[in-house]
Order: sequence, then structure tokens, then C-alpha cells
Amino acid sequence: MTGVTEEPVASRFVGGAEPVVPRRLRRTRGWRRRPGAVRDREQMSRRAKLGTYLVLAPVAILFVAPFVWMISASFQPMSTIFANPPTWVPDDPTIDGYKGFLNVGTLTESQESQGHGDWRWFANSAFVAITITVLQTFFNALCAYTFAKRKFPGRNVIFVLFLATMMVPGQITLIPNYIIVQHIPFFGGNDWMGMGGHGWLNSYWGLIMPGIVSAFGIFLLRQYMMSIPDALLDAARIDGASEFRIFWNVVLPLCLPALAANAIFTFQGAWEDFLWPLLITSGDPDKTTAPVGLALFVVQNKTDWNLLFAGSVIATLPMILVFLVFQRHFVRGIAVTGIKE
Amino acid sequence: MSTASAPRNVAAPDHERRPARPRESRGRRLGRRIWRERSAYLFLAPGMILFSVFTLAALIFAFYLTFHRWSIIEPDKPYVGTQNYEDMVHDERFVQAVLNTLYFTGASVPLTMLIGLGLALLLNQPLRGRALFRTAYYLPVVTPFVVSALLWKWLYNGDFGLFNYYLVKGHIIDQPLLWLSDKDLAMPAVVLMTVWSGVGFSMVIYLAGLQSIPHELYESAKLDGAGTFQRVRFVTIPLLRPTTLFLLVMGIIGSLQVFTQIFVMTSGGPVNRTTTMVYYMYLWAFKYYDMGYASTLAFALFAMLLVFTAFQLRLFRDGATS
Repeated sequence: MTGVTEEPVASRFVGGAEPVVPRRLRRTRGWRRRPGAVRDREQMSRRAKLGTYLVLAPVAILFVAPFVWMISASFQPMSTIFANPPTWVPDDPTIDGYKGFLNVGTLTESQESQGHGDWRWFANSAFVAITITVLQTFFNALCAYTFAKRKFPGRNVIFVLFLATMMVPGQITLIPNYIIVQHIPFFGGNDWMGMGGHGWLNSYWGLIMPGIVSAFGIFLLRQYMMSIPDALLDAARIDGASEFRIFWNVVLPLCLPALAANAIFTFQGAWEDFLWPLLITSGDPDKTTAPVGLALFVVQNKTDWNLLFAGSVIATLPMILVFLVFQRHFVRGIAVTGIKE
Repeated sequence: MSTASAPRNVAAPDHERRPARPRESRGRRLGRRIWRERSAYLFLAPGMILFSVFTLAALIFAFYLTFHRWSIIEPDKPYVGTQNYEDMVHDERFVQAVLNTLYFTGASVPLTMLIGLGLALLLNQPLRGRALFRTAYYLPVVTPFVVSALLWKWLYNGDFGLFNYYLVKGHIIDQPLLWLSDKDLAMPAVVLMTVWSGVGFSMVIYLAGLQSIPHELYESAKLDGAGTFQRVRFVTIPLLRPTTLFLLVMGIIGSLQVFTQIFVMTSGGPVNRTTTMVYYMYLWAFKYYDMGYASTLAFALFAMLLVFTAFQLRLFRDGATS
């Protein structure tokens, strides 16, 4: 019952206002909209509805079908995956694919001989993605707060420097970063000049460190923190709170929506990041993340597609879970990004 | 300046102010301010250190690389002046990569945005099952990109891919197509997969934009006798301008940097028809080990991005007020 125009409450019960009738009853009683009367927001003509569904439903099926196939194929043996016509519902589902990809239980002979996946890939992915998310959210918030609420010499210069690099695509820094990571001093057999070893290549350090700071995230959080009233922070200062205490107990709780959005996007990005882990972990399959493992699995083996589909399902699950749990934050996160002026 | 017991950073009320000190030198004053705000620098330190190493230093280093022949495996890394830039201009494969990238962008970005807009308009009505549809369209977005690419590689497979099976069965094509190994079909195939995984995102953004359009505008348009089509044409689309700009800029920036789909699905083939700029850069850096030339290619990409973005911002500035 959404009246289009604002009217005094009383008039709804006086003549002129239509009583609320359940939608099911409307048709049977022959209630029709008077021609020319303004349609209220809740109504659509039946023809429009039908047309809409006729477009939406087939498209939805096209979008979901590949997924259904992927999940179905992950429970099939190799023989039926290649069958013609394609099997959408496996006759006797098997979890061999999952076993083979996670490398648990007894593997079939062909898997033993031509390669199998590794549960470590998913553990690596989870560890790296969670670490990056936690650290990035924390350090981004620290920087954003300082830029938004502190006045100190050099603030604007540093901030402009940050903003300027937001335009730089990641591909430019990819190659130098590879060389920098290779020559981090004291790590991976390097001397103090960063020579002689492999530095952070093939290590978690190399996977995590470059992903911790994001100019974009800092910018978003700063925009959000600008709206916190200064009086609140001053009150905390008068009460004798330290700067960190103010940040931790006053500012962060107020920024939860923005922080959540930042964390979700960071986690997604880190989980499906491909090019950087591909370069960094090329020398050590034990440090590889799930996407890289999956992609190289196709290249290296005469592909066991049932294993591959199983691995794909496992790699997709966390993303879908995060999405379903944080669905509201997604939309809000997009709103936080401030598309609307 | 306040006494030691008073809180920092809070201006003391007038009656508590001490008589002013004799003026001190500017340097001293600056030093004192820096000291007083030392915690701010401490807060910035971790982020700044990482930022300086992995962004600032990396940028400068990338620029330095473009003037050298720098190989990981060779010990001497000679200065070669602008040789890399000259090589790039005369490199036919590079020109091909640029054209491929533009083709990919020109095909995938508009398609993704149009389909996203269409779905958003349809979903912005009082329907049952809206959330269900939204989730269905958004699923490909949350799927890791590598997984989507692998899945589609399978769907496109010439012998037992699902596409060929259903297209042949539906008599749309006579014989199976070799999607990813046909030089004219490979790029459209990659574009199709990219559109599939991007539509959900642009739909959600457009939906957010649609929700923010005040309903009264539609009412008044209706009173003025505008039909459904006219309402979309004269109310919705102009008001979605900022949203469109955002999607366009993000979409173009993203698709100029396309890599993962190419790596997984086609490896740049057949005959370089799907070699994009980033993939070409990757080849030079990690297959031929020429970091200098690869960096030069990266800067070419950067220049392209800048030109595109500046152009779009200019294009949309006139009348972008809502």
C-alpha cells in the first residue's frame, strides 16, 4: 500500500481510498484499475510481467548452466564427462575427482603416474588471502585516518603522491617488483646487498607484502572518515585518549561498513589473483595458490578433467560463500565507492 | 603551546593562553610542529614504507629498465639509450597486440554494459524472484577468473565441448567449430567469456544507479504523456550518466589489461590473433627474459590508458551534472 502522493493519514480511511485486497482476490472479484487511474508502484500489467520473465529466465539459465555443469562434472568419472550427449545428472556420483585434486586417500593409478592436485594450494590461497585482507584493512585504515583527520607538515604532498599513483596500472610495477622481491636483503640466501639468493621468490613473503598497501583503498576509507565530526575526536583527546586509542575505539567502529567493503573486495582480489603468484611461485609448486595450480594443471598433465572440475568447485566455493554472507555489504560497498556524487 | 598536562591538539580557550613567546625561527617552528605530530608519521610509516618500495621505487625502476637491455640470466645489463622504444615502434607483433587489445576492449566493454543495463532495467520492476535472478547473474562475477576461463575452455572444446554439441543439435551450425583454434573465432570466443563474467557487475552497479533516481520524475514524465520507451530514453539514461561513465572507465582500464583469459584459454594463439598487450609483455619478460623491452611495452600500455581515461573524462564532463 504505497500511496504515490503524500496524503494525511486520516483520509485513507475515509471514502476514496481503496481497501487493501489480497492480490489473489482482486482478479476473482473483477477488480480492475479504472482506465486512466494512476497505477500504483506495486502493479505491473500481466503482459509486461510475462514479457519480463520471458527475457530474464532464459538469460538466467544461460548464466547458471555452466556452473551446474561444472558441479555435475566434478562428481563424474572421466568416461562420462566425455560422453555424448553430455551427462547433467551423474548416474553414480563419485568423489574421485576431489580425492585426486586434494591428494588425499588412495589415488587411481593414472593419477599417481600423471599428476594430481594438492590440498596445499588451497591452504596457501586461504592463508595469503586472509593475511593480505587483515593487514591491508588495518594499514589502509591507519593511513586513511591520518590523511583524513590529522594536520601535519607534508600531509598534502604525501597524499597527492598517493593519488597520482592510483592511475598507474599494476602491470607497470609487475616487472620491477619481481626484481625487487628477488633482491630483498637477508632473505632466501641473499646478502645485505640483496645478491646471491632468490630473496622472496617462492615464499609467502613475496606473495603477501606487495599486496598490503592499496592507494585505492586508502582513498575510499579517507573519503568515508572525512564525515566523522572532529568534535568527537577532540572530546576523546580531552578525555586523555592516546591517538591510537582514538583510532581504535572511536574511528574504526564508525567505519565498519567501509572497512567491510574494503575487506571483501580485497579478499576477492587476493583469492583470485593470478599473474603475480604465477610469476612468484613458478619455482616451487608447494607455495602455489589455487588459481595458479589449476591453470598449470591443464598445461602440465594430459588433463584429468574430473580432477580439474573438482578443483574448480573448491576454488569457487569460498567466493560464493563470501558473496552470500555479505550480499548487503556488496551493494553498500559499491555505494561507498561514491559513484553517486 | 599548552602546558604538559593539557591534551595535545586542542586549542586552549583564550583566557588560558599565555603571553606570546618571542618569535622563533621558521625552521624551529616547523621542527616543533613535526615533533608534536610525530604520532601521525608513525601511523603512516608502515603503509608508506611498503608504498615507497613496491610502487614509487618500482615506478622509477621500471622507467630505468626501459633504457637498458636487462636480462635476469645475463650478468651485464648494458645501457642502450632509446633502442627499446625504437624497436617497439617497428615491432609488428606489438602493433598486432595493440590492435588485438583494442578489438577486445571495443567488443567486450559495450556489450557488457548494454546487457547489464538491459537486465537492470528489467529487474528494477516489482517482480517476484528478483533476488534469485540477481544472484544468478552475479554468480559468474564471484567465480575466480581462472575457473571461468578453464570452464569455458572446456565448453568451447572442438570434440566434446557443450557448445558444439548443442549448436549442432539445434541445427544452428552444420559441423563442430574449433572455437579457440580458429583464427577468426578465437577472439570473439574470449570476448564472449569475458562478457559472461562481467555482466553481473555492471548490472548491480546500474541497479544501484536506478534506485537513486527519484520516482517523482517518472510520475511527471507520465503525466506529460511519455510512454515507457520515452521514459527510459529521456529520464533513466540521462540520469544514469555518472554510472555509465564509471563503468566505462573501469571497464576500459580493466580490459586493456586483459591477461588471465588469454593465458588460460588460447596462450595468445592461433597465429598471435589473441596476443594482447599484457600477454605480449609477459612473453618478453618471462619467456625471452628481456625485462627492459617488457618494461617499455608496459609504458606503452600506460600511455594508452592515460589517453583513454583523459578522453572519456572530457567526453562526459559536458552536461554530466545531474
